[in-house]
Amino acid sequence: MAPALEDELRQVVGSSHVLSRPEELLVYEADGLTHHSATPRAVVLPADKTEVVQIVKRCRAHGVPFVPRGAGTGLSGGALALDGGVVIECARMNRILRIDPEDRIAVVQPGVVNADLSKRVAPHGLFYAPDPSSQQACTLGGNVAENSGGPHTLKYGTTTNHVLALELVLPDGKLVQLGSATGMTVGYDLVGAVVGSEGTLGVVTEATMRLSPIPERVETLLGIFGEVVSACRAVGRMIRSGLVPAALEIVDRRTIEAVEASVYAAGLPTDAGAVLIVEVDGPAPAVARQVERVREHCVAEGADQVQVARDEAERQRFWRARKGAFGAMGRLAPDLYVHDAVVPRRKLPEILESICEIGDRHGLRLSNVFHAGDGNLHPNISFDRRDADEMARVLAAGEEILRTCVEAGGVISGEHGIGTEKRDFMGLLYSEADLEAMKKLRAAFDPTLVCNPGKLFPTTRFCVEANPKARGYDQVPLG
Amino acid sequence: MAMSDAQGSPPQLAELELGTLDCVHCGLCLSHCPTYRVTGRETSSPRGRVYLMRGVAEGRIPLGAAVAEEASLCLGCRACETACPSGVQFGSLLEQTRAAVSDAGLRSGLAARLERLALRQLVPRGLRLHVFVAALAWVQRLRLDRLALLLLPPRFREIHALLPPVPPVSQRRPLPRSFPARGEPRGRVALFEGCLMPELFGAVNRATAEVLSQQGFEVVVPAGQGCCGALQAHSGDLEFAKGLARSNVAALAPAIEGDAIDAVVVNSAGCGAVLRELDHWLGDEALPLAGRVRDVCEFLDEVGLRGPLEPLPLRVAYDDPCHLVHAQGVQEAPRRLLEAIPGLEIVSHEDPSACCGAAGTYNLTQPEMSRAVLTAKMDALASVAPDVIASGNPGCLMQLRAGAAERGLGARVLHPIQLLAQSLAR
Ligand SMILES: Cc1cc2nc3c(=O)[nH]c(=O)nc-3n(C[C@H](O)[C@H](O)[C@H](O)COP(=O)(O)OP(=O)(O)OC[C@H]3O[C@@H](n4cnc5c(N)ncnc54)[C@H](O)[C@@H]3O)c2cc1C
Ligand code: SF4
Ligand code: SF4
Repeated sequence: MAPALEDELRQVVGSSHVLSRPEELLVYEADGLTHHSATPRAVVLPADKTEVVQIVKRCRAHGVPFVPRGAGTGLSGGALALDGGVVIECARMNRILRIDPEDRIAVVQPGVVNADLSKRVAPHGLFYAPDPSSQQACTLGGNVAENSGGPHTLKYGTTTNHVLALELVLPDGKLVQLGSATGMTVGYDLVGAVVGSEGTLGVVTEATMRLSPIPERVETLLGIFGEVVSACRAVGRMIRSGLVPAALEIVDRRTIEAVEASVYAAGLPTDAGAVLIVEVDGPAPAVARQVERVREHCVAEGADQVQVARDEAERQRFWRARKGAFGAMGRLAPDLYVHDAVVPRRKLPEILESICEIGDRHGLRLSNVFHAGDGNLHPNISFDRRDADEMARVLAAGEEILRTCVEAGGVISGEHGIGTEKRDFMGLLYSEADLEAMKKLRAAFDPTLVCNPGKLFPTTRFCVEANPKARGYDQVPLG
Repeated sequence: MAMSDAQGSPPQLAELELGTLDCVHCGLCLSHCPTYRVTGRETSSPRGRVYLMRGVAEGRIPLGAAVAEEASLCLGCRACETACPSGVQFGSLLEQTRAAVSDAGLRSGLAARLERLALRQLVPRGLRLHVFVAALAWVQRLRLDRLALLLLPPRFREIHALLPPVPPVSQRRPLPRSFPARGEPRGRVALFEGCLMPELFGAVNRATAEVLSQQGFEVVVPAGQGCCGALQAHSGDLEFAKGLARSNVAALAPAIEGDAIDAVVVNSAGCGAVLRELDHWLGDEALPLAGRVRDVCEFLDEVGLRGPLEPLPLRVAYDDPCHLVHAQGVQEAPRRLLEAIPGLEIVSHEDPSACCGAAGTYNLTQPEMSRAVLTAKMDALASVAPDVIASGNPGCLMQLRAGAAERGLGARVLHPIQLLAQSLAR
C-alpha cells in the first residue's frame, strides 16, 4: 500500500491499531464463509466515530476503497476487502452508551456483541430480540448491515424491526443522523435503507435499538420425530391453527450427531430423524395452554415423543445446542458451506427432499438445521476446500439448491446477505430495472463506489485474490 | 523471507496442520477470548491464531515475528476450547506452535533466556528452589527488595508486586510422607505436591492433606515427585517438560501399582491439567497416572463430604482457574463444596471463568496484557465486595492477591480447600 496512507492511519488511531504485516492481513482474508477470500491492504481499528470519519477521509483522499467489519461471522463474504481495500474493524467500538428502560431503547456502538446487549439490559427486565445463532460473537453493526434474523424472528421480526435510529459516516466522511429514537420517521425511511445494506452505504457508528420486555413465562419443547418431513408438517399444522410460537426450529439427524459429540451437547436423541424445537412465550396461563396445543400438533404428525424443558438450565442447553450446530459440523470436515434461502412454508417438505437429493447426487455430506417457522432453510454442506473436485461439486450443488428454491417461489437469502457469495445470483430474483433502482440508491450515498465495492450487485469487475490454499475457486473473471 | 523467518520441521508442521483443520471458522470462540476482547484484533483471537498456525503449516506465511508475537500474547487459558463446538484442541496446538517458535530461535532475547534458565535450573530443582526461596525470605525480611527495586528496570517491579511474602519456615517444612485415615476409613490417595506449592503455598498442601485425612482417606506423598512441566511447556520448552513428566510417572508408579490408591489428588489446577493429559506427551505409558488424576475439590465432591461442618459467615467470590474449568472441565464441584459450609454465601461476580491474567509466567512475559486482563477481573470482583476470593491455583492466587492489594480490597485470597479445612477443623 502507499506507505503514506498507512502512516496517516497510524496517526489517526495509534500505531498498535493498524495492522499491515502480511501475516496479519492473511487472518482478515475471509469471514465465516471460508471459500471466498481477499486480502486487505491494511486493517484499522478505530476507537470512536471521530476516528472513523478521519479514516474514511484519508482513504478517499488516497483513492483507496474501504469496508466496515464487525466480528467477521458473516456468511456471504460481506466483510472482505476487494480491490485491495482497507478493513475498518469496529470491534473496539464496543460500548453500550445509554440504556433507557422507560423508552425501552439502548444506544450502542457498532462493535457491541449481540448477546452482551441482552445480558446488560436483563436487570431492567428487557432483552434485545433478534438472536442470530452467532449472537455470542457477532456485532450489532454487522446485524444492522445484514438485517440479521434468528430463531425468534418468527414472532419478533428481524433486525430492521428493532432499529430506531442510526448514526452513519457517509462514504465522503460526513457524519449523519438517520431516523429518531421515538421510532417515528419523518421524511424518507433511510434507517430502513441502511439496514440490510451490507456495508455499502457507509459505516454505522451508533445505533439506537428497540428493547423488548422479557416475557412472563417461556417454555421450550422438543418434538422428536422419525423423519424431517413429519417435523415440517407439524410446523405447518401449528401455523395453520393460528398458533404464534416464538421459535420453530428443525435440527436433522446429522446435525444432532455432531452437536451431541461437542461441548454443546444437550442430550438430544441421536437416533431421531429430526427434532423440532418449539418455544412459546407470553403470560403464564396462555403459555400453559400453548404448550398443550404444541404437544397435540406434534403428536398428530407422528412425533415419537414430546419433551418440555424441565428448567431454565435445560432450556438454555437446548438453545446452545441449536446455536452451536454450525460450529459442531466442523467435526465432519474442515469447511462448512451454510446455505441460506427462503421458501414458502407449505413447500418445506418437498423442497427438503429435493435438496437432499441434490446433495446425494453430487456425493456431498449435506445436513439441515433451519428456521422452519419462517421457511428459512440452511442446507449445510461439509467439505474440504483443499479438494478442488469436491469444491466444484459443492458450488454446483449450491447453485442447484438456490434455483430450486427460487423456482418454488422463494428468495436467495433469508438472513445471511448477498455479499460476494450470491451477487451473481441477484439476476435470478430481480430484473435489470429492479437492480438499476437499487444501484441508484447506492450511488446517492456512495457515488464513487468506495464503500465496500464489489458486493451485492452482479459484476465482473472485481476479482478475489488468487490463493489456491484459501480459495475454493476462481471467483469472477476480471473483465 | 526476512532473516529471522524460519519454518518448522515438516513432521511438526504436518501435525499442526491436522489440528487446525478442526476449525471451521465459525467465530463462536471470539468473545470468550480475553486478548480479543482487549484488542479487538482477529489476529489476537482463537480463530485468528488457528488461521496463523494453518498459514504457517501450509507454507503461506513464514514462522516469523508476527506469529511468534501472537503465540506469546495468547494466555493459554483455553477459554476458546470451552466455547468451541468443533472440538479444536487449542491448548495442544498452542503448545506445538510455541515449541516450533522456540526451535526456530524466535525466542532469543535476554528475558527469554533468563526465563528458560529459571524454568530449567531453578523451578524444577527442589533443593535449589528451597534455598532460593529461603534467600528471598531474608531479602524480604531485611527489606532489601525495596532497595533493589530502586535499581532495577520497571518490569521487575511488576514481578515484585506479584511475589507473595514468603511464608514462615514452619509452613515450608516438607510434608510428612503419609497421613493416616481418621475415623471410618474410606480409601487411600496419593497427593501431588508440585514445585512452587510447598515453597509458597505450604499451608494449602497441608490443608489438602489434612482435610483428606480427616475425611477418612489415607494420604501418601510419594517421594521423588517434582515439577509437572506446565510452565516449561507453556514457554515452548516441550522436550524438557516431557522429561519432568517422565520422572513424575516413575515417582508415582509404585503408589499407583496394584490399584493401591483411589486417586492422585492435585490442588494446583495448572499441574492437574498437565497430569491429566499426560498421555498427549508420553503416550500410553502415562495413562495409569493420567487416568487417576483428580482435582482436590472434584475428588471431595465425588466422594461426598463427611460432616459436621462448622459455620463460616463469609461472603466468598469463587473465581475459576482457567486450567480447572477450561482444561479439566471442573466448574461446579468447588462451588458445591463451598456452598455446603453453613453461613458461607457465594456471591457471583461477572465472568468468573474468564482468565485473571496470571497464566503461568504470562504476567512476567506480557505485563501489559496481563494487567489489562487483571483490571477487568478486579472490576468484577470489587463490585461484589467479597470477604474472601477463592481460587484453586497458585498462579491465580498470587495474581489475585496482588490485584486485591493494589485495589485496596480487604478480601483475603484463599484456596477453597483452606476454607473447607477451617470449617471442618472447628
Ligand atoms: C455460527 C454462525 C451462526 C449464524 N447464525 C445466523 C443467524 O441465525 N441469523 C443470521 O441472520 N445470521 C447468522 N449468521 C451470520 C452472521 O453472524 C450475521 O450476518 C452477523 O450479523 C454478522 O455480524 P458480524 O459482526 O460478524 O459482521 P461481519 O461479518 O464482520 O460483517 C458483515 C457485514 O456487515 C458490514 N458491517 C459490519 N459492521 C458494520 C458497520 N459498523 N457499519 C456498516 N456495515 C458494517 C460488513 O461490511 C459486512 O458487509 C451466523 C454466522 C455464524 C458463523
Ligand atoms: S487460550 Fe485464551 S487467550 Fe489464547 S486464544 Fe484461547 S481464549 Fe484466547
Ligand atoms: S469456535 Fe472453534 S471452530 Fe469456531 S472459529 Fe473458534 S476455534 Fe474455530
